[in-house]
Amino acid sequence: MLTRVHTGLDAVPGIWWKPAHKAEKVWVGIAFAWCIVLFAMMPLWHWKGGQNPSGVRRRVDPKAFYARTVLFASKYKVGEDRGLPIVQPPPGADVYLVGLTFQWYPILKLEQGKEYMLHLSSLDVNHGFSLYPLNVNFAVVPGYDYGLRVTPTAAGDFRIICNEFCGIGHHAMVGRVIVVDSTGRAVADNGAAHIRQAGAP
Amino acid sequence: MTATSFPAAYRNCPVTARRINLQAERLIRVNAVVSVVALLVGAIAALLLVLTRWQAVHLLPAVWYYRILGVHGMNMLIFFIIFFEMAVLWFAGTVLLNARPAAPRYGWFNFGLMLVGSLLVEAMQWSGRADVLYTSYPPLKAHPLFYLGVILFAVGALGVVGQFFATLTIAKREKTYIGSMPLVVYGAMTAAIIAVITLVHGAMVYIPTFLWSVGLIKGVDPQIYRLLWWALGHSAQQINVAAMVAIWYMLGALTVGAVVLNEKVSRSAFVLYILFISMASAHHLLVDPGFGSAWKIVNTSYFMYMAVLASMVHGFTVPAGMELGMRLRGYTDGLFGWLRRAPWGDPGFSSLILSVVVFGFFGGITGVTLGTEQINIIAHNTLRIPGHFHATVVSGTAVAFMGATYYLLPLIFQRKVAFWKLAKLQPYMFAGGMLLVETGMTFAGSFGVPRRHWDISFSQAPFDVPFNPVVDLFLAMIGIGGIIAVTGALSFILIAVKSVFFGERITEFPQGVDVVGVPQGLTRPPVHATNADEINAELHAPGHGKWGPTPGTVVLVGVFLLAFMLYYFTNWKLLSFLWKIG
Ligand code: HEM
Ligand SMILES: [Cu+2]
Repeated sequence: MLTRVHTGLDAVPGIWWKPAHKAEKVWVGIAFAWCIVLFAMMPLWHWKGGQNPSGVRRRVDPKAFYARTVLFASKYKVGEDRGLPIVQPPPGADVYLVGLTFQWYPILKLEQGKEYMLHLSSLDVNHGFSLYPLNVNFAVVPGYDYGLRVTPTAAGDFRIICNEFCGIGHHAMVGRVIVVDSTGRAVADNGAAHIRQAGAP
Repeated sequence: MTATSFPAAYRNCPVTARRINLQAERLIRVNAVVSVVALLVGAIAALLLVLTRWQAVHLLPAVWYYRILGVHGMNMLIFFIIFFEMAVLWFAGTVLLNARPAAPRYGWFNFGLMLVGSLLVEAMQWSGRADVLYTSYPPLKAHPLFYLGVILFAVGALGVVGQFFATLTIAKREKTYIGSMPLVVYGAMTAAIIAVITLVHGAMVYIPTFLWSVGLIKGVDPQIYRLLWWALGHSAQQINVAAMVAIWYMLGALTVGAVVLNEKVSRSAFVLYILFISMASAHHLLVDPGFGSAWKIVNTSYFMYMAVLASMVHGFTVPAGMELGMRLRGYTDGLFGWLRRAPWGDPGFSSLILSVVVFGFFGGITGVTLGTEQINIIAHNTLRIPGHFHATVVSGTAVAFMGATYYLLPLIFQRKVAFWKLAKLQPYMFAGGMLLVETGMTFAGSFGVPRRHWDISFSQAPFDVPFNPVVDLFLAMIGIGGIIAVTGALSFILIAVKSVFFGERITEFPQGVDVVGVPQGLTRPPVHATNADEINAELHAPGHGKWGPTPGTVVLVGVFLLAFMLYYFTNWKLLSFLWKIG
């Protein structure tokens, strides 16, 4: 038996716990199955896929992280651009990048096809790591070290945009990552050629 | 003082024959009016924002862009939406149940708290003492009165929610209705329950932050703040969804005589919202350092998708209810005759259908996709995010609220809708403009254009960032769409204000004719065939075919599912082109 024909504005006398029509049940079933697919894709991608935000994460004192980054920069410094050190760590190394109002420190120089452990954190407020032009985004939260294993797949001259509001100079906060091929050249061009001429490598 | 001792405290609604309590009616009115004022402030802010993000115009200086962004977020997402929801709670609790409000004076007190809270927030934002945007992530710090304003607002809102439950209890005890409460009220109750969960998180996050801002505690952990803030911020969106769906059922009933297909299915879907929503906070934190993948997956997906399931169920039952309602009124031709012959000129109906379609197809699909743990890597904090949530909370919730207003004006304010021709156009203008905004944002975001960013020409940055020139096109689309949408919003405000304060009074609704300024559902109420129950049984009978009583809707949801799959898997594909990260 169906309930009497009524709208959502009418109170429902009697019992409304009645079986649904088959078409409705089928839709609920399909929707449920789809939800399970949505769910399963995530563990599946951890297993088979190449891009996951898992990383190695721990708490860190912001000042200690900054000091570690400065040490790292002085150890592997190979050049300079706009007053920032260009830092080329060996493949497999721990790489440190710190956000502070309003810059990314230091400039990283990585090699295509090699894996690095990239540590992200902030000295002051929240920042947002957004790798241009690939559109790879991570939150950078003070007090937390976000260690991500990254393997650049193509050489080029990349930018890091800050995409978390961090204060009035937020829109000027841009950093740089250079990826070279095995011969040491940044081959792929993202259109910023004149910077490479004016600046370093 | 109670309404029972003053029988004259009621009037009878000429259309629905319900008893309307006058004290409740006044509370509905003030909350709705303040809500519209907030919408006005938010809409002007929106215009300034789109004209700034449109890089070719770039109107505001940096300081004012960020300040106005904060103003827009608070006025729209918090004040406009929540004051309106307070009106909805008073309406659903009293008018729909023929009941009297619990402690109406306390209702005024709560309204006062909310008003004072909002004014404090406004004062702090406009004077530049709270340039922290509406998320106010510490260690960015605002003036203590900003946090205090939010707290007062939340306490007031929580008070109204409490009164709503008290009103339900009174109605039940005084037997103002027979049987179970109507589905629309059930939906409003769902929203109210989620509101309690939300506001508790609100207290957990804003009280410590307030203490920190006045120097009583040393600090607030930025990551824990983000967690609790989104437990507040996302659950709040689920209040909006539940309230919106309730209004869908209501507008469906008023405009086309939509029926409830099956109470069990619809009510269970509402329960899913309540059970699983507080976990959805996680999908704002998918690329945060503070949480592991297992936590992220369990919270955002396994449970949140149960809320998605609920929305997909409503996404079926709402249009199906409309289809069946139309069929029971005799519009039986073909698969989509019911849609073709629907009252597209009734702003209540056009708002409803635009809200359902854009919320589902645009907001829902993008939301689930962006909220996938790994796909979030290519979306977090880009313009794709506001592209998504404008499709939910604006094209969905705000449009539904606007549609409801076209019925509240005659029914509650007892005024004709002013500028009737404009009113008929308004939903199309607003929703159409927003669709351009959302599309522009989504595509610009796919190229990595950040949200909350004053200058993507990076003129002050040390390194250039030359976005693909096509991005300028998308930003222009946001600009032009924004101008249209803001015109739509301002039209709505103009109509509402003119009607409420200077509108022609209307207390009787002539039947069977079209009256300028009165939505068609009131003068030509949708009536089902006298033998609707028999027809309904026939349509449901197994012999009628396996597509059931609403074949048109089955086709629509099929198209929806295909679009969903396409968008979802396309995003996985795009993700797979990136660097290896893990
Ligand atoms: C009147 C039409 C509207 C237009 C044209 C519009 C446009 C915009 C624009 C351009 C932004 C800034 C995006 C950015 O630069 O990051 C924005 C942000 C936002 N809008 Fe709207 N909006 C409108 C209505 C609404 C409504 C009705 C709501 C809520 C109910 C809303 C909620 C928000 C929120 C929460 C933000 C984010 C603020 C932030 O990032 O801090 N908007 N909107
Ligand atoms: Cu920033």
